[in-house]
Amino acid sequence: MAMKFLIIEDDVEAAKYLRHALDEAGHVADLAHNGIDGFALADHGGYDALVVDRMMPKRDGLSVVAELRENGDNTPVLILSALGEVDDRVTGLRAGGDDYLTKPYAFSELLARLEALVRRGSASENQSQYQVGDLVLDRLSREVKRADQTILLQPREFRLLEYLMRNAGQVVTRTMLLEHVWDYHFDPQTNVIDVHISRLRSKIERGFDKPLLHTIRGAGYVMRA
Amino acid sequence: MLSRFSSMMKTTAARLSALYLLLFSICAIFLVFYMTHLAGGFLINQTRTSLNQELQSLNRVYNRGGIRLLVREIDRRSRRPDAFVYLVSDQQDRILAGNIAKIGRGVLKKEGYTPKPFRYTRIGEENEELDDDDAPRAIGQRIKFQNGLTVLVGRDLGEPDRFKKIIRSSLGLALGIMALGGLLIWFFVGRRALRRIDSVSKASADIVGGDLSKRLPVSTANDEFDRLSVSLNAMLGRIEKLNSGLREVSDNIAHDLKTPLTRLRNRAEAALRSGKSDDDYRDALNDMIAESDKLIQLFNAMLLISRVEAGYSKHSETELQLNEIAEGVAELYEPLVEESGGQLISKIDDNLVVTGNRQLIGQALTNLIDNAVKYGQSDDTIISILGKRSDDQKSITLAVEDNGPGISAENCERALQRFVRLDESRSEPGSGLGLSLVAAIMDMHKGTLTLEDAGPGLRAVLTFPIQKTTAKT
Repeated sequence: MAMKFLIIEDDVEAAKYLRHALDEAGHVADLAHNGIDGFALADHGGYDALVVDRMMPKRDGLSVVAELRENGDNTPVLILSALGEVDDRVTGLRAGGDDYLTKPYAFSELLARLEALVRRGSASENQSQYQVGDLVLDRLSREVKRADQTILLQPREFRLLEYLMRNAGQVVTRTMLLEHVWDYHFDPQTNVIDVHISRLRSKIERGFDKPLLHTIRGAGYVMRA
Repeated sequence: MLSRFSSMMKTTAARLSALYLLLFSICAIFLVFYMTHLAGGFLINQTRTSLNQELQSLNRVYNRGGIRLLVREIDRRSRRPDAFVYLVSDQQDRILAGNIAKIGRGVLKKEGYTPKPFRYTRIGEENEELDDDDAPRAIGQRIKFQNGLTVLVGRDLGEPDRFKKIIRSSLGLALGIMALGGLLIWFFVGRRALRRIDSVSKASADIVGGDLSKRLPVSTANDEFDRLSVSLNAMLGRIEKLNSGLREVSDNIAHDLKTPLTRLRNRAEAALRSGKSDDDYRDALNDMIAESDKLIQLFNAMLLISRVEAGYSKHSETELQLNEIAEGVAELYEPLVEESGGQLISKIDDNLVVTGNRQLIGQALTNLIDNAVKYGQSDDTIISILGKRSDDQKSITLAVEDNGPGISAENCERALQRFVRLDESRSEPGSGLGLSLVAAIMDMHKGTLTLEDAGPGLRAVLTFPIQKTTAKT
């Protein structure tokens, strides 16, 4: 599904690179190089999500986002910033941003987050049941079944699977998992997430032919039937 | 000396003392004059009383024997030692009898009390001039008789005058001594204060000049100067620490960022020079991305450390259950440790409440466990996370313990320094910033990081103070 993004970023080179990369991923993006132009375009509407740089000439990104929110515009916003500290992240989200990414970032990370943001607004978010292939996760009874066979999961494994299945078909990065499943906004040096994933994978795939939880090299994981 | 004095005059203390001295002198002078005036008046009254008695006695003589007897009596009394002043003159003011040789002009013209003291010289002391200031003074009563004779009976004022003079000069002297004493005290005290202020401003000039290790002098007196210097020194200590942190960071940026940047550049050059196929280029680019990721990680770690050291904003702090954070981290790492053939044990007490930043404390703990996983490996790795209150209820400790090779006591200190990587760990990936970040985070939470020998292995202990407001039992 092609999505339409608006990139508000004062670094022309970086913005062009971003548009090119999004284009290759099958999406469309408009560019604005300062806060004022950016606000005018965003206010016009029609975008699935906005990518907003924090520090820009003429008008900073946070005030653009804050005014959009005041006007009742709920387009998902991903804030980009060179400031990555915990505080800055909090102020960014408080201003109305939906997600926060620190520069420099891997494009795969940005793409995964943007797609997740757009999907978040869709109906699948609040389903009581997620299904991928023959794997079913019931959010109310907290039961997981594959081909009618109950799979026992630890609470954390359940949350991990829940997040993966909610974003089924989309790449989920390790950082996103750390943020949403563990609520940690920093990267441990060792790759602790991989071990959790491999445990979960063995629980939901052992004894079944079809793999559901795939590793995307250099990016993260995806649930796909 | 003159410039020193003028700079002393510029101090507030000096100005105040000068004002005090002036006011004091005015009061004292007024007091001296008032007192001598009162005392002088009193003595003059007494003189007048004795004069009246003398006049009455002479009156009795006159009543008994008339003017002839009076003149004779006067003549007789004039010769007594310590006599009154007597004078009998005729119409032409010629002195007929008495003990006066000369008398101020015009004194004999009128009758009654002399309104002002007059000057005179006694017989035998004629060489003294009348207009001389030292000439004796007297007050007296003049009586004129019908035959033209004038009789003057007076009392010398030498005594009250001397008295007045003595009082004035002694009071003046006392005042002078006091003023001089005040001046001296002011001079020395002022000079001492000035010297201390001078030494403080000299020290601060040195500090401004760039020598941040210099401190303001503190004497043993523990007075207000010392208290001021002590708190200013504490401030300087903080500034110096921040400054050296900053310098360290820039030094390290120069060193530790240039090395990987050089590697990055070399890799690109090598690929351009000798790359033959697309695969070669692809490999090179992948390597370069991995290298730049490492750079970014290093950079973030350095920034975070300096941010934390500069004092993270307090509004990101909340009341936290340390046990929940520790359990969360333990749960995150358990599979990893088990996968590498070890065991992760957590013994964490309930309700360990501190005020702080959850993300930073979580990061500190993961850094310690990361280290234990990387460097604490043994045949049968056991990593323990221990959380408890101290026995005196004053602090909470979180400890991460491994049973690996450990760190020798002398290396424990070094391991906490920024960018220090012990030789044993050179081959492992890492920035050398992990423990410094933990130390900075603990510093921000007013706690400490200590490394101990766990025999065998290493124990890294995070100690959090229990704040009064958050202490719950």
